Amino acid sequence: MNNLLARYAESIFWMARYMERAENLARILDVHETFSRDDHGFKNWHTIVKLNGDDQRFFERYDAASAENVVRFYILDPQNPTSIVFAVRAARENARTLRPWISTEMWAQINVLYNKVQALDSKDIALPNLTHLCSEIKEACQTHSGITEGTFYRDEGWYFYRLGKFIERADQTTRLLDIGYFAIMGSAPDPRASQDFIHWHALLRSVAGYHAFRRVYPRGMAPAAIAGFILYNESFPRSVALCAREINGVLTRLKSRYKLRGGSAAMERIDEILAALSSRSIERVIEGGLHEYLDWLQLRLSDVTSELTRSFFGQAESEESQQQRQ
Amino acid sequence: MTATKPRPNDLLHRYDQAGFYDELFGGRDQPAPHTALIRERLASLAFDDIHRRSDDAARELYNLGITFLVYSEQEAIDRILPFDVIPRVISAQEWAHLETGIVQRVTALNLFLRDIYNDRKIIRDGVIPEDLVIGNSNYRPQMIGLKVPFDTYIHILGVDLVRDGDGVFRVLEDNGRVPSGVSYVVENRHMMQRVFPDLMQGLGIRPIDNYGQKLLQAVSEIAPPGISEPRVVLLSPGSYNSAYFEHIFLAREMGVPLVEGRDLVVQDDRVYMKTTNGLAVVDSIYRRIGDDFLDPRAFNTDSLLGVPGILDAYRKGNVALANAIGTGVADDKAVYCYVPRMIKYYLGEEAIIPNVETHICREAEGLAYTLDNLATLVVKPVGEAGGYGITLGPLASRAELDDCRTKLLADPSNYISQPMIPLSVCPTLTESGVEPRHVDLRPFAVTGRHTWVLPGGLTRVAMRKDTFIVNSSQGGGSKDTWVLEDTSP
Repeated sequence: MNNLLARYAESIFWMARYMERAENLARILDVHETFSRDDHGFKNWHTIVKLNGDDQRFFERYDAASAENVVRFYILDPQNPTSIVFAVRAARENARTLRPWISTEMWAQINVLYNKVQALDSKDIALPNLTHLCSEIKEACQTHSGITEGTFYRDEGWYFYRLGKFIERADQTTRLLDIGYFAIMGSAPDPRASQDFIHWHALLRSVAGYHAFRRVYPRGMAPAAIAGFILYNESFPRSVALCAREINGVLTRLKSRYKLRGGSAAMERIDEILAALSSRSIERVIEGGLHEYLDWLQLRLSDVTSELTRSFFGQAESEESQQQRQ
Repeated sequence: MTATKPRPNDLLHRYDQAGFYDELFGGRDQPAPHTALIRERLASLAFDDIHRRSDDAARELYNLGITFLVYSEQEAIDRILPFDVIPRVISAQEWAHLETGIVQRVTALNLFLRDIYNDRKIIRDGVIPEDLVIGNSNYRPQMIGLKVPFDTYIHILGVDLVRDGDGVFRVLEDNGRVPSGVSYVVENRHMMQRVFPDLMQGLGIRPIDNYGQKLLQAVSEIAPPGISEPRVVLLSPGSYNSAYFEHIFLAREMGVPLVEGRDLVVQDDRVYMKTTNGLAVVDSIYRRIGDDFLDPRAFNTDSLLGVPGILDAYRKGNVALANAIGTGVADDKAVYCYVPRMIKYYLGEEAIIPNVETHICREAEGLAYTLDNLATLVVKPVGEAGGYGITLGPLASRAELDDCRTKLLADPSNYISQPMIPLSVCPTLTESGVEPRHVDLRPFAVTGRHTWVLPGGLTRVAMRKDTFIVNSSQGGGSKDTWVLEDTSP
């Protein structure tokens, strides 16, 4: 059987990740814009930098975590590996590598998005336009998903696409939850306050989970229930549990269908994540520190990526892939 | 034949071919009957309409990323090759003549390569000077005595043709290393089919979209013997190469992986590619990397693009390369002058497509003539590609001519000179209307066991008024090239 070129597998994986990342960055910024509408201003915008672990890189180039600077850093800054411009450009670079492999429609859509994002200026990211811009980017990423679903040939490459997508989504969900949870709990620790109700509502909406949450919890808006839903719900498409289960399934099918020798270590790592997710209730997690728990999940997901890289993407880790693995 | 009556708002009504041979209108007193219907259809289009469709085409090319990279001092810019929507049309008879001439030429070039890497008869018989061949920097001693399948060295040849004031096609240059441009031929056709289906309907235009399959067939034919389904790959220098789009295009059309040097390894004189499941043998490589960069162990040791050890695998016959190593000596601008004599020597025939008259400055006579007639000649360095370093005598300033003279005297053997050919023109869409612009033609010949020529080829067009330089790196564009079916009974 003709197996996939290792470098293609890697590019497919990262193209999927970067598109998923761009979507989630747009979601994070959008939800944050909502939080800062009433006067928490400065402090809140710094949270997003802190929780992304970007403090050092941010303050190397900006004096203050003003709304304008933070938004610029996360949308327009081409040097920032967690900016939308960076993610879209990286997705497009990978897509360019993959042009012999992906459909013309997939390529053209990413290329058009890239040209659009490249042309963004200060006016486009001004706070009054931010929500609009974020939903445009989000929708472009969703269009990508749709085109991919409808046109990408279902061979080995498809499995690497799904691995990239779900690993990134799981990672981004942990970040979104981290940012949202602490923005709310940190500013007003009284979860019954009406202001906070609006914020919880916004957090759920940012992950497109409000209606689904209401179906499970018709009444109330308890922080623990919300965190638990976002992390553990088996049917919610952005939950960490669902993503982890998908990753596990994709790896299993990939190995059996294409007789791949590697990948056992990645499966062990994902088993650890699944075991951890099913062994602790959300209340115990919050008691022990939600932030630390989310950090731990991020590290384990990063381990999965390292194992995939080692097993499938060519023996030596190229410099390029190290740069990408931000 | 029906004469088209000019109408006042006719798109071509005020068109003036300015004394040049015209690809749609023919010579001054010999109208081109095969384009009558096309001219009529073009004439019926409104200027606004054709402009709008042209803009649509440009936007689509950009969105599809059908681009090439241009390197300025600071950055690489993604550009589309300007596409002109008015086609260049070749009659069935003209094409039959060109096709035969190209097959003749590639046959002679392959015989020449076999000869110079084996018996060197052509040198011993004094047809071509030894130092021009053996002393040529593109001559590869590693190829001496090596047998290649079907004695084919140049599997893909691009021949640059120009048409002079009398409408005679002449060969300006051969491209027998890694010729590029064929992707634009096919993409231009696709674009025309989308934007101008009404113009093309029922004309009997010969199809070109089987190029990839013909190429795959040739590259598969030369694979090591005994392999029923050879694994073919396209080896590219990578996404920073200016022709990367073409590599993508051809890999897709052939349905083979596009690999870079870092994807391949050589073990025990066999070439492998790195896959998700370890190493897999590669049998045949369509390589878009020049000899110099192909194997850092054998050639340019600084090259990071190539595959260490690939030359040994090739010499052992474990992998096929298209084109073969060492073909650069056959498409050298100095060796070019001898191709008509080569054809005579190997095939006993006159060249069907003549060369452009050429003076070889390494020869005293040629140098003297060139220096005496600098203001009327085109002087070209023999080693440069892409139209760089050319001095166009009739258009050059005094200072440019002096500069050229100095360079010639300093290193005569680096130059050839040719008369300035009044290149044919083709109606071309500009901001202000339809105007004549100069064109050339690069047909492509694919050779494995046999030679196949893609009908037509790449028509490059000098988009700027009055310039003869058609190279994409210097503002040239391209047109769709239509070869009409033979309708004679």
